[in-house]
Amino acid sequence: MATLTTSSLSRQAVRDALSHRQPSRLPVDFGATSVTGIHVTCVSVLRDYYGLDQHPVKVHEPYQMLGMIEDDLKQAMGIDTEGLFRRDTMFGFPNENWKPWNFNGLEVLIGGGFNTTIDAKGDTLVYPQGDMTAKPSGRLPKGGFFFDTIVRQDHFDEAHLNPEDNLEEFAELTDAEAAVIAEDARAARATGRAVVAGLGGTAFGDIALVPAPGMKDPRGIRDIAEWYMSTTSRRDYIHSIFSRQCEIALRNLEKVRAAAGDDLDVLFLCGTDFGTQTSTFCSVGTFRNLYLPYYKQICGWIHRNTDWKCFKHSCGAVDRFIEPMIESGFDILNPVQCSATGMEPEHLKATYGDRITFWGGGVDTQRTLPFGTPSEVREQVLRRCEVFATNGGFVFNSIHNVQAGTPVVNIVAMLDAVREFNGR
Amino acid sequence: MADLEKLYTAVLEGDAKTSAALTTQALAEGADPMSLITGAMVPAMDEAGRRFEAEDYFVPELLLAARSMKASMVLIRPLLVASGAKSLGRVAVGTVKGDLHDIGKNLVASMLEGGGFDVIDLGADVPPEKFIEAVKDKGAQVVCLSALLTVTMPAMKTTIEALKAAGVRDSIKILVGGAPVTAQYATEIGADGFGENANSAVALTRQMLGTGN
Repeated sequence: MATLTTSSLSRQAVRDALSHRQPSRLPVDFGATSVTGIHVTCVSVLRDYYGLDQHPVKVHEPYQMLGMIEDDLKQAMGIDTEGLFRRDTMFGFPNENWKPWNFNGLEVLIGGGFNTTIDAKGDTLVYPQGDMTAKPSGRLPKGGFFFDTIVRQDHFDEAHLNPEDNLEEFAELTDAEAAVIAEDARAARATGRAVVAGLGGTAFGDIALVPAPGMKDPRGIRDIAEWYMSTTSRRDYIHSIFSRQCEIALRNLEKVRAAAGDDLDVLFLCGTDFGTQTSTFCSVGTFRNLYLPYYKQICGWIHRNTDWKCFKHSCGAVDRFIEPMIESGFDILNPVQCSATGMEPEHLKATYGDRITFWGGGVDTQRTLPFGTPSEVREQVLRRCEVFATNGGFVFNSIHNVQAGTPVVNIVAMLDAVREFNGR
Repeated sequence: MADLEKLYTAVLEGDAKTSAALTTQALAEGADPMSLITGAMVPAMDEAGRRFEAEDYFVPELLLAARSMKASMVLIRPLLVASGAKSLGRVAVGTVKGDLHDIGKNLVASMLEGGGFDVIDLGADVPPEKFIEAVKDKGAQVVCLSALLTVTMPAMKTTIEALKAAGVRDSIKILVGGAPVTAQYATEIGADGFGENANSAVALTRQMLGTGN
């Protein structure tokens, strides 16, 4: 069995790719963000495949049940990135005091504040900040693989809607929190990999965050459909939220720069999805009116004051949004959903490839990776690398997280194909 | 005399308060409940669907139109039931077992309801036996299965197999839809059709039940 190796060239390869220079080898990310990770069940079987020490894998992101990819597995997989995460999870409890949990028969470790009950259907309910006196904020269907947020939408009075209610989760970093970021950033930098930080607060209207699963008693507009409708019917209200959120974020960016400036390479800013499988959630006009002004302020500040690159995640058919995303100041697009309408790799590379880095798109996680053969995986990976990797501008990652149930031989075929490409 | 034009506009533009007010007024003035559906609800939701296809409308606008339509339908439906009026057909809609996502499913249900169908909304995370029950006990003629997750798509197949095992498969039509679902997958698992979006689900249902375009 062959393993991939990482080296001190990891960071340079990522930085070259992001600067649209041909890197010495195609850099690889798995696990540096909450949208480029691997399901805990797959992390566990990968450790087994590579003959690594067998112990329960930590679930560092319980919402999507993403497993922590430890240093030994990163080396085996040839990963060139290091994630820097907020210590609090989506459900508001910190990743500390790890405790065992039996997840569909697999022993895993999860933060000590992960407190759950089982309802009459057999579903697992999780509580915000671990507080079991609050209403549960997440549900894992019996036998399921991920949590979904439970919408807790209280009745609201249209005439008295207050944007502050939708801003409770956005707060200025304390000095203690900044110190933690500085400490974590130094440790991440010491790995030699490119450091990708996802520190929160800069996602405008990310629908996964609107229900505020980490809060005990969220107020304002928290229902998903109600939020979508509000982007049309209550646009002034949404602008008020985004405007204030942006002010707070800019102050926090200054604190992060002071605490960890040179240790960071990439900032994962926003996971708001604009694309569906075949279309978009809004028009380009709405994007320009409602989102672009705030993105411009955030990305503009980053480019004026740091060397960080700005990472934007949006699933789906976002071809027509890429131009305004570049205009917004984003340097990186993820997950590059090539299976969506208008997202053909050749078209994307030819049209935008010298102006934005494609971080993802390496293999399809809806069909090929989970359901294809290792040979089909290899062929698709090699083809995608050939299209995307020329002159940099490409960091290899699958299209979104590697899903539960993906055969380990397919994940290994994917990594081996990247190595084969790099050896050419 | 009901002002169908105003009602049509209120539904299409997502003005739920006006939709409800106009419907209340029309019914108080003795309007035929079915005429409000055929003269305003159906054409308004058809136009919303057309605009969605043309990318003049997006999910927010479609949700707003659906909510306005529902604000009227909640007033009209009891009168229809009382009068014994027949719908265009009965459709059971649900997100398959293990999948909690329901926005797409809700849009399909709303568009079908606005299109004049009698909709049985089974909700999300629906086990196969609930779909069987909807066919056997409630007379569903079409079953619409939704899934958002790659990992829950196989539950569409097991649901279709369960409908077969229950002996009701051949008496119904089955449509599938959702982000990771494709026409090819629909064929592979033995569905009768694939709805790429809510509008196409309505068009396919009409086609299958022989009730229009």
